[in-house]
Amino acid sequence: MARLVGRRLTDWLPAVVVLVGMIGLWEGLIRVFNVQAFLLPRPSAIATTFWDTRHELWSAGWFTFQEALGGFALGSGSAILLALVLARWRILGSALMPYAIAANAIPIIAFAPITNTWFSPLNKSSKITIAAVLCFFPVLVNTLRGLTSVNPSALELMDSYAAGQLQIFRRVRIPTALPFIFTGLKVATVLAMIGAVVGEYFGGALNALGVLILTRARVFEFNEAWAGVLLACLLGIALYLAVAALERLTLRWVPSTSE
Amino acid sequence: MTVVQIKDLTKRFGETTALQGIDLEIEPGEFVSLIGPSGCGKSTLLRIIGDLIEPTSGSSTVNGKPARQARIDRDYGIVFQDAVLYDWRTVAKNIALPLELARWDRRRRAAKVREMVDLVELTGFENHYPWQLSGGMQQRVSIARALSFDPALLLMDEPFGALDEMTRERMNMELLRIWEASGSTVVFVTHSISEAAFLSTRVVVMSPRPGRISGVISIDLPQPRTATTREEPHFFELVTEVREALHLGHDMERTPA
Repeated sequence: MARLVGRRLTDWLPAVVVLVGMIGLWEGLIRVFNVQAFLLPRPSAIATTFWDTRHELWSAGWFTFQEALGGFALGSGSAILLALVLARWRILGSALMPYAIAANAIPIIAFAPITNTWFSPLNKSSKITIAAVLCFFPVLVNTLRGLTSVNPSALELMDSYAAGQLQIFRRVRIPTALPFIFTGLKVATVLAMIGAVVGEYFGGALNALGVLILTRARVFEFNEAWAGVLLACLLGIALYLAVAALERLTLRWVPSTSE
Repeated sequence: MTVVQIKDLTKRFGETTALQGIDLEIEPGEFVSLIGPSGCGKSTLLRIIGDLIEPTSGSSTVNGKPARQARIDRDYGIVFQDAVLYDWRTVAKNIALPLELARWDRRRRAAKVREMVDLVELTGFENHYPWQLSGGMQQRVSIARALSFDPALLLMDEPFGALDEMTRERMNMELLRIWEASGSTVVFVTHSISEAAFLSTRVVVMSPRPGRISGVISIDLPQPRTATTREEPHFFELVTEVREALHLGHDMERTPA
């Protein structure tokens, strides 16, 4: 585990001190200035509510996490496959890439109400779709950049061995692209969680995390709403860390990810 | 049999004539350097021999076969200025790459890798990644990889150009030892006059615009060459001869014919 994290405790200490300090400051300022709970609850109140409602929260969080995970897998997987096709047949790549880059810049989350009407807002497909579309473009753009940023001499060398395209992809292009792919995947983990939760704001099953946050905020149960937000954050971070750990395991040859 | 045979070869890139009227024959066991200023087409010529670039006209054969067939048959190994090691492969796996592509089985591969690691004196570094090696060591891995499948011909494109003078001289000695041990034929691109004179059995002097062969100098220094070879009067005579041939080629360019 220590190897996976790759840093010593002393490297983490400054960040931990900042976190504790921030929470303490938050707590203290609210008490000192007597900020109303509907504006910003105290961290201790959020934590207490989080613990008290943990069963309900966990069930809602798991529901939404499944949507995010499904969207992440579907969007990232199809993006990597398409990038491989576009890198192999460059004419397709040059025809489609400008649109992919443009699509990467549009606020896809704006389509969430529409995917809700394509599928029933109550089932997971609508959120999986929006999460998948959100994940798709950053992974596509990064993967394609990785697959095509191979050192020309490395390709000449493969040519000198009379290697075929399949071998060039397997032994040169894909390994070269891996760091780029992981960069795209890490961005996608964050987007997947956003897609699932915000998709639920436009309507979703009763036991979904986004719906829970929305309904609790509407009835002024701000501690409960904030507890939901906290869980969404934790789930997003967990997914990110899982991908980052996978990256460290996979890219052991890169000097910066090993010792 | 002649290893490399080039007949009346021309290469144009658009309007520019990179190579014109090249004729060259290289016999087995020779160590031939191509030397000349930038733009004389020496690297292009090397790539045409390796079928990485197609000539505009003329022919190039390796072991009596058209260049393409020789490449498919893996008749040559190539080393670039940059070692071009694959970062995600250890030293042993980098050396084994051409063997994997040639579908050697695991046991045969391992035995050959061991032999090559010994040859380039990298024992103990088999499981290191490229970034853990110095520039000279990386280039030795690159040479081991190029020779791993016993090609008749070794093509080298300024392999020591990025190394410091000390490392470069040591690598020159290493290369001569490897050349003798492997018995292969070497075509070596360089722009160092002393390197060419020290290593070669023959130096081919090229001049630019258009790239052509302006002189061929036989290097009749005794084999094997040692560190003291560089201090012999005859070595200096040969260095001077190569230098003059280079300048002559340069002057020919300045005075319009």
